[in-house]
Amino acid sequence: MRMILLLLAMMLALPAHAVEPSEMLKDPALEARAREASKNLRCVVCQNQSIDESNAELARDMRVLVRERILAGDSNADVIDYMVSRYGDYVLLDPPFKTTTYVLWFGAPLIVGIGILVAVVFYRRRPEEALQTKVAKLSAAEEKRLQKLLEDDEA
Amino acid sequence: MIAEAGHFALVLALFVGIVQSTVPMVGAHRDNTIWMAMAKPAAMSQFALIIFSFGALTYSHVVSDFSVVNVYQNSHSLKPMLYKVSGVWGNHEGSLLLWVLILTGFGSAVAMFGGNLPPSLKARVLGVQAMVSVGFYLFMLLTSNPFERMFPAALDGQDMNPLLQDPGLAFHPPFLYLGYVGFSMAFSFAIAALIEGRVDAAWARWVRPWTLAAWSFLTIGIALGSWWAYYELGWGGWWFWDPVENASFMPWLAGTALLHSAIVVEKRDTMKSWTIFLAILAFSMSLLGTFLVRSGVLTSVHAFATDPERGVFILLLLMIVIGGSLALFALRAPALKSTGMFKPISREGGLLLNNLVMSTGCAVVLLGTLYPLFLDAVGGGKVSIGPPFFNAVFIPLMLPMLFAMGYGPMLSWKRGDLAGASKRLIVAFIATGIAAAATVAIADGGPFFGIIGMAIAVWMGVSVLVEMAERIRLFKAPGKAFARLMHQPRATWGMTLAHLGMAMAIAGMAGAGGWKAESIQVMKPGETVTVSGYDFTFEGAKSGRGPNYTIIQGDFQVTRDGEPVAMLHAEKRNYPVRQMPTTEAAIHTLMTGDLYAVIGDSEGNEGGFVTRIYFNPLVVWMWIGSLFMVVGGTISVSDRRYRIGAPTARQSKSGKSAEAASA
Amino acid sequence: MKRLAYMVPLAVFLVLAGYFAVGLKLNPRDLPSVLIDQPVPAFDLKPIKGKARGFSSEDLKGHVTLVNVFGSWCVACVAEHPTLMEIAKLNLVPVFGIDWREKDPDAGPKWLARHGDPYTLVGDDPDSKAAIAFGVYGAPESFIVDRRGFIRYKHTGVIDADNWSATLWPLIQELRKQ
Repeated sequence: MRMILLLLAMMLALPAHAVEPSEMLKDPALEARAREASKNLRCVVCQNQSIDESNAELARDMRVLVRERILAGDSNADVIDYMVSRYGDYVLLDPPFKTTTYVLWFGAPLIVGIGILVAVVFYRRRPEEALQTKVAKLSAAEEKRLQKLLEDDEA
Repeated sequence: MIAEAGHFALVLALFVGIVQSTVPMVGAHRDNTIWMAMAKPAAMSQFALIIFSFGALTYSHVVSDFSVVNVYQNSHSLKPMLYKVSGVWGNHEGSLLLWVLILTGFGSAVAMFGGNLPPSLKARVLGVQAMVSVGFYLFMLLTSNPFERMFPAALDGQDMNPLLQDPGLAFHPPFLYLGYVGFSMAFSFAIAALIEGRVDAAWARWVRPWTLAAWSFLTIGIALGSWWAYYELGWGGWWFWDPVENASFMPWLAGTALLHSAIVVEKRDTMKSWTIFLAILAFSMSLLGTFLVRSGVLTSVHAFATDPERGVFILLLLMIVIGGSLALFALRAPALKSTGMFKPISREGGLLLNNLVMSTGCAVVLLGTLYPLFLDAVGGGKVSIGPPFFNAVFIPLMLPMLFAMGYGPMLSWKRGDLAGASKRLIVAFIATGIAAAATVAIADGGPFFGIIGMAIAVWMGVSVLVEMAERIRLFKAPGKAFARLMHQPRATWGMTLAHLGMAMAIAGMAGAGGWKAESIQVMKPGETVTVSGYDFTFEGAKSGRGPNYTIIQGDFQVTRDGEPVAMLHAEKRNYPVRQMPTTEAAIHTLMTGDLYAVIGDSEGNEGGFVTRIYFNPLVVWMWIGSLFMVVGGTISVSDRRYRIGAPTARQSKSGKSAEAASA
Repeated sequence: MKRLAYMVPLAVFLVLAGYFAVGLKLNPRDLPSVLIDQPVPAFDLKPIKGKARGFSSEDLKGHVTLVNVFGSWCVACVAEHPTLMEIAKLNLVPVFGIDWREKDPDAGPKWLARHGDPYTLVGDDPDSKAAIAFGVYGAPESFIVDRRGFIRYKHTGVIDADNWSATLWPLIQELRKQ
């Protein structure tokens, strides 16, 4: 599946690799922050892959930019805001909570809610007495067959 | 000539398919035995024709006939034989041919082994199957002909994408398709049942083995894809929530729900229309997956077949197959009456919870996968939905079900005893508590979901074992316990193994997701880095040649506390025809985790190379767990109750009683 | 009421199918720029090898310009180049080139020597600083910048005679009137 984005990376330029040692910051705390920010930024020429994982050239350059900005004193939020100001929400792997994504974020709990509602209706529809009726209706022959089937299951 | 013969066989299959999709259907309606009997020879000859057609394309690939466009575009004379063969389905046209090969294969299996099916049901099932295959034949013949020639013939081919030249990915599509197409059987049975207006325990027994088989294949397919990503992409990722992966995961979720709801239909004569719906849903999701991948609606990348003409055709096919079946569902399903009643706390209740979670999970994945398209279609701009969204929504949704999985099999049908089950599960509760505490202690804390994941895996595993122990009265009458164990029905074995497999897979996911350790650096020969307590010493790199690629191989000696553990040989390959490198990670698997090393570019003049070293905890349990699930599914298929079908007397009786109830 | 519930799956599917039909017409790779009607990002590019000066965002102010992102590694740029040469020859609009991501400093100048140089000024952007500031995805991409230095239009892909006369040129003339 990832072949798609690798192909795309090919089309754009010669391939590089995900985070290279030469890109990494000396300060482990800052580097950790850079990794954190990179994991949330989409490689815009890839298919659903973060710049941290991507082999694309543009992703590499974005990783370097992230680190330069962090070195220059930007917070992670600043770095991400900068990328959003250039590429829009598209660059975020974690979609922001805003008007255009309300349907997405509320949609998930809504689906779960509908599911629970369906289950509740299902159980309500079946009053408790009904639990007895089926058993009562069985004829002696059916009872026997049922018994045989149950044994079949146990065997 | 061979290619033309293959093409001709495909055209013939289309005509046989048209006959098979009409004559037996009409026959079933008019109760004409001869017309119904047409279905069997038609299904067999369709299969034979497609085998021939598939063979023709395979031959063209094997002998590297570069006058066939499909071969020219996807093969190369130097390509190893394995990949010449897998190259047949490693492209759009060939993959469709594989799709219809499997579809007609399943169809002929019903024709052959469906002797115990009522003739009208069998005729209708095969008729519906043929309708689906006619759709695919037309799609191939009109938009994606694998046998197209080019003139003049090329001297050599363009080679196959090197990433596809891999054993994991060579067999990933066939299994995925066996799964996708397998659900077409459940689908055909569902449509036939809607036409007949009858769903009973016997119906459920016929559907379940097909569903189990499809589900097992799909599980293998998904696991293979995941495994491939794990070793090939070079950093140990195994699931990305990428649209193409989601396309295979959604049918899996729907199919898992279907497996469980079919049990309720079989044993308790209820949840019928829901089960029919799931059967339609599982196959619809398979078709939808094909649409998403093949039409380029979500992923327009030139590497895949993405021309709009094909997209329009697939959409049309979706409209007819899914729209038509859902319309039939809306018309006929309300007449299906259920008789079995049950309380929420019961075996059925547990199965219903499974269904609830699986289907809402499927809906949520669908929402996340399609949301970028929706937003774009209404002019809302572009948005990316990545792993953070899916993990945040999907994991919490699954947890209650995984917890309930421990209880489900312990509850009795109709009305269960929650307090009693809890008491019997006391061992599992204790084990879970210990596991959570041990995880925190050993891993020195860790991510919340990692700890929860480990705990829930132990909970599931132990409760499955407790259930089996009770079933065989291991503690009450240990003398005969082994004999009882051996005499458990295969379906029970299947469930136990599959649930255990799930527990293992969850443990693997939690471990690999929560405690992965990595180290990326430039290493010179002789240098050592320590990751998760293992010392990796770089012993230098050498170059070599493969059949159609060049190699740089980096060697690592791994030790722990001075004791040798493994030698790792990581490769970086370069395929000159496509000018493309691939990484072949070196992996040494331990029960506690994988030692994983990748070699990158050379750096400096002293033999230094970029290296990536990972410790991926518990990964192997994902693969073992998947294997358990597949073995469980397979054992369950072989349960004799499905082989012999339901007893005939009961079949007609329950059929009549269902009809009486609906009247 | 109960019958209605059984219609829900069909209704949901029809809505989905409607979206798919619309989706088939959309191109997921067609990513509109968020920078439209925004000032050009501040940048100052060094010259490519053999040239005296590069250019900065200041150079784009005071006239309507076409900013073209290209690279010697970019295959499609070769296809686009004759159109740009024609635009330069007819002096229709000043074209500023961003030579994007050259590994080898000689590659860009060599490429321009071979295919011709339509650019008023060329800046070197080896590490994608300017490209990322412009929100560039791939090459070629072009931006129309108005007199005040605001980005007014982004063109993804090759400029050819058709899209030039249908979209780009009318817009440039329109912007000149403002």
